[in-house]
Amino acid sequence: MTHLSAEPITPLKGVSRKEQLSEFWYYFSENRGAVMGFWVFLLLVVIALLAPVIAPHQPNEQFRDAVLVPPFWAEGGRLSFLLGTDQLGRDMLSRLIYGARYSLFIGLVVTTVALVGGIVIGLIAGYFRGWVDTVIMRVMDIILAFPSLLLALVLVAVLGPGLMNAMIAIALVLQPHFVRLTRGAVMAEKSRDYVVAAKVAGAGHFRLMFRTILPNCTAPLIVQATLSFSNAILDAAALGFLGMGAQPPTPEWGTMLAEAREFILRAWWVVTFPGLAILITVLAINLVGDGLRDALDPKLKRS
Amino acid sequence: MFRFLLRRLAVLIPTFIGVSIIAFSFIRLLPGDPVALLSGERVMSPERHAQIMHDLGMDRPIVIQYLDYLWGVMTGDFGRSVVTKEPVLRQFLDLFPATLELSVCAIIFAIVLGIPAGIFAAVKRGSYVDQTLMGTALVGYSMPIFWWGLLLIILFSGMLQWTPVSGRISLMYFFPSVTGFMLIDSLISGQEGAFKSAISHLILPTIVLGTIPLAVIARQTRSAMLEVLGEDYVRTARAKGLSTFRVVGIHALRNAMIPVITTIGLQVGVMLAGAILTETIFSWPGIGKWMVDSVSRRDYPVIQGGLLLIAAIIMVVNLVVDLLYGLINPRIRH
Repeated sequence: MTHLSAEPITPLKGVSRKEQLSEFWYYFSENRGAVMGFWVFLLLVVIALLAPVIAPHQPNEQFRDAVLVPPFWAEGGRLSFLLGTDQLGRDMLSRLIYGARYSLFIGLVVTTVALVGGIVIGLIAGYFRGWVDTVIMRVMDIILAFPSLLLALVLVAVLGPGLMNAMIAIALVLQPHFVRLTRGAVMAEKSRDYVVAAKVAGAGHFRLMFRTILPNCTAPLIVQATLSFSNAILDAAALGFLGMGAQPPTPEWGTMLAEAREFILRAWWVVTFPGLAILITVLAINLVGDGLRDALDPKLKRS
Repeated sequence: MFRFLLRRLAVLIPTFIGVSIIAFSFIRLLPGDPVALLSGERVMSPERHAQIMHDLGMDRPIVIQYLDYLWGVMTGDFGRSVVTKEPVLRQFLDLFPATLELSVCAIIFAIVLGIPAGIFAAVKRGSYVDQTLMGTALVGYSMPIFWWGLLLIILFSGMLQWTPVSGRISLMYFFPSVTGFMLIDSLISGQEGAFKSAISHLILPTIVLGTIPLAVIARQTRSAMLEVLGEDYVRTARAKGLSTFRVVGIHALRNAMIPVITTIGLQVGVMLAGAILTETIFSWPGIGKWMVDSVSRRDYPVIQGGLLLIAAIIMVVNLVVDLLYGLINPRIRH
């Protein structure tokens, strides 16, 4: 991957926020994949928000006369169940639509928790240095020594299976990346003239950390946040698949896959669609992430 | 170089101690009585409870208990499984070759396809080939591999009937485990068809486990190549009239490989995490499946030992990669 550089993105005098945004969009939109990913992601958000309106059935409603009905285009399919039904006669499409809510919610909450926690800890480590920094970074090294999914799995074993605990575990595992990034950026920025100037002008620690330094470290953090968003969705689905995440009958995509596993050779649709939904979501977010990296990375910017 | 090694070790040892503290304390953080958790006995009389507590040494101060645990770990005592009563280390050593065999095959699969794909995409930058290859790589990178495995089973095991669904070898073959690596053991056994059966069992898990490393390596190779291809010495080599093959394959590739090697080293952690899912899907009897089974059986001594052993492996591999990197690129050492 390209190295994220921490050049300050100090706005020039007279450049309004709107102009900045349009400049960003100019670079971002050069990447067609990124724009496509962005629209797909937006569509998913709309689907998630409007789930009760657009879903043809309730996600947990069981149709006893329609167990394992194939999608409408296949033989034996019915138009009332566009993507077929699962082993309990629940409408696949409705469950997938409701599943989008879970995945996006998981991504949003986990990323926010990891991002906020990581920024605060990273700022403290990079700003104060000394033993505080050493202790914090050693702890982060320890967390990073475990494969993320394994650590999340064990944490869930401690906390007990469930969506909430899975989210806590994943946030904890993703958070050291933000700590490292923030700390590195803070250390690079700290000795710059504008920070010294603010310090001389009498700014306190808190102001220096959050108002002066932090805004100039945002570019790599935004890119990492996008990556975390897709990782969180993947890991939560993996935990759900292993039976350690959201519990049935929650229409979470990974949990749906776990429930459908034994039917894979009889009913391909119960396995294919939830996974496809995960793939499309994660792919869209990663496309946006690639585009953001190119647009925000000043090294690659053609002036 | 020696000082470089010492510096690395100076970081590694505190990390290992931290990892051991986590492994040690996690059982004590669990809701419930650690004595019951460690012994696996649910209902017991107060006398029995005190007896086990004494046997496990849990009536002593916590620091002494930790040092005792650490000493046990150093001497190879990771406790016993509450389900099978077998030593954790022996179970680990029995199962690890299966994971190692699968991981080695997967990383070879990823390297053999990923590096040429990355080079090709870099040389043909901006072309349809480049876009297709990198689009595919991004799909692979975004792949939920547990689903990918199920899809391959539907296609190759279900519809086409080409490959078996699970396990390491067909049940009709039986031979003693010499090395623990099924490919080697089946060859040594001399039984007809055994080797072929072992390979056919290995194909799908290899593809599934290798998919994400493949995508990462292809992307990394492409960006490293692009960086190198813009360098002056590559232009000089071209200007001398060398063939594209020589310029790309010899001058550029050697320098582009340095970041790629680091990336390959970093995939070890990814592989072990991926093994958890891949082994579960294909019922592959390795340490990934062992960990998942232990979590669902609440076999805490196994989880504790496995966690520590896996983290230790990753740390050692990362150390080796760092040292290799220092060897190839002297600038890193200072």
